Amino acid sequence: MEIVMSILAGTLFAAGVYLLLQKQLLKIVLGTALLSHGAHLFILTMGKLNRGAPPILEKGITEYTDPLPQALILTSIVISFGVTSFLLVLAYRTYQSNKTDMMDQLRGTDDE
Amino acid sequence: MMSNLVFLPIFIPLFVGALLVFFNKKHQLTMKISYLTVFLNLGVSIYLSYYVFKNNPLILETGGWKAPYGIILVADKLSVIMILSVNVIALAAVIFASSSVTSKMVQHYFYPLFLLLIAGVSGAFLTGDLFNLFVFFEVLLMASYGLIIIGGSKHQFRESVKYILLNLFSSILFVTTVAFLYSVTGTVNMAQLGERVAEVEQQGILTGIGILLFVVFATKGALFPLYFWLPKSYIVPSPVVSALFGALLTKVGVYSMLRVYTLIFSHKLELTHTFFIWVASITMLIGVIGALSTSNVKLIIAYNIMPAIGFMLLGIGTFSAESLAGTIYYLVHDMAIKAALFFLAGLLVWHAGTSNLNKMGGYIKTSPLLGWMFFIAALVLAGIPPFSGFIGKYLLLRGAFDEEHYFAAGIGLLSSLLILFSVIRIFIGAFWGEIKEKPKEKVRRSGLAASGLLIAISILLGVGAEWFYPYIQSAADSLIDPQIYIDFVLKE
Repeated sequence: MEIVMSILAGTLFAAGVYLLLQKQLLKIVLGTALLSHGAHLFILTMGKLNRGAPPILEKGITEYTDPLPQALILTSIVISFGVTSFLLVLAYRTYQSNKTDMMDQLRGTDDE
Repeated sequence: MMSNLVFLPIFIPLFVGALLVFFNKKHQLTMKISYLTVFLNLGVSIYLSYYVFKNNPLILETGGWKAPYGIILVADKLSVIMILSVNVIALAAVIFASSSVTSKMVQHYFYPLFLLLIAGVSGAFLTGDLFNLFVFFEVLLMASYGLIIIGGSKHQFRESVKYILLNLFSSILFVTTVAFLYSVTGTVNMAQLGERVAEVEQQGILTGIGILLFVVFATKGALFPLYFWLPKSYIVPSPVVSALFGALLTKVGVYSMLRVYTLIFSHKLELTHTFFIWVASITMLIGVIGALSTSNVKLIIAYNIMPAIGFMLLGIGTFSAESLAGTIYYLVHDMAIKAALFFLAGLLVWHAGTSNLNKMGGYIKTSPLLGWMFFIAALVLAGIPPFSGFIGKYLLLRGAFDEEHYFAAGIGLLSSLLILFSVIRIFIGAFWGEIKEKPKEKVRRSGLAASGLLIAISILLGVGAEWFYPYIQSAADSLIDPQIYIDFVLKE
């Protein structure tokens, strides 16, 4: 199962990087969203995928799920959710004020 | 009970910042509360540093969860030095802001975001947990995303998109690296990471993870070849925001490197740290070339961030007690002088009404004080004795020569000369000669006061080096032996 999840995370990363290299702003934003999903899946996988065991470690218990990766993912999801929504608004405002959403026209010069 | 003190430099600005969101229409009130908060925070950090240097480092185990199970905040010597510097910069920024921040900016939450930025930066300096470091990075970045677009001009939007995208990408990479590290070592506590990586002598994939982490911090700290986002995005916001970014944000990246590559990944020096020295040399060179290539005053200052980061990385790469002391000294010095230079450049641009150096000239007649301050700041930046830049550079270069990194040291000396040239060019161009265009407005007094405060501190750091140096050296000594930190946190 870990192998499948790793491949899935890798695919998400690849798709995210591909979108990140596009010129259109919206595609780039979607790319970062995919990248963060990939990262979150990856954390989950790295904590070992166990089922049917509570996240409690006591004497005599050998089988348990690691709760830490899930806490990390939760924090990370909230952060990336906030940043993505901010980025969407920012991309829209950039499009409004610069009249373009193509990155190659958003270069700018030295003297402003 | 004392250990709760560690939390205060984060809590005070965080709490007040969150509160001030509700008073964004009241300019005077928010300004006064921010003043009070910054003073209070400075007082707390002075007391914290006094306590840590006099007695022992402090550790706060949040929620009563013992390290390494809970999230911990650690105030060791390095952390308190950084916290103190941050709060001095915050004081100068709030003085500068009192006249330069318009009611419109206040309405767009300048002060809350400013305080949240301070909280985030302080948190990054105090945390003892790698994932928590990521969280505080996000706190300070979120605040900076808000600050960079205040004003809402066309080019601000354009540059902030790039700034945010790059920082977001490196944050995602950071999370991924933490996941890697967790799967290999089973912990995210920095002290325990240090212990476990040392146990296996940083074998196999661990060095690879270390380099991946370096990529993350190099993006935050604007090292070659990951610096392209920095110069233009740092010049678009209001000068006070530029100064905060230039003084604090990249330094958080450097601090993280300083922590991680002395505490955790310090067992394969010939791989990682030799690599750092090369990156540092190229960064120094590219930075000054950038500074010489433009005639935009703000851009010259922004490009000058990079050679400074290069110098600090050189110290980390050399990895001796002396060079690490040099890095810390340079870090503190650079925070003060970069903020001062961004302030002065902002004042100059307002005074001249343009940021193009070729259209300026003769302003020594209209504002002599600004001119002479700029001159002194330029000397401080280049590291002319007896100013603070000299002490830091001297320690770094002596460390590099002792460890026989002649090439990097040579590049360092060359780039110092070129830094002086690039900044003096502003002084000559803007203040000498005849007035080409009439000044647009008078130089603001509070702006001069803020820059004066920072320049005075850098002079004090240089002239009073004998007094400051032992503190910085003792911070560096505790860095070179990670066992001190590990034993203290894990209480073995």
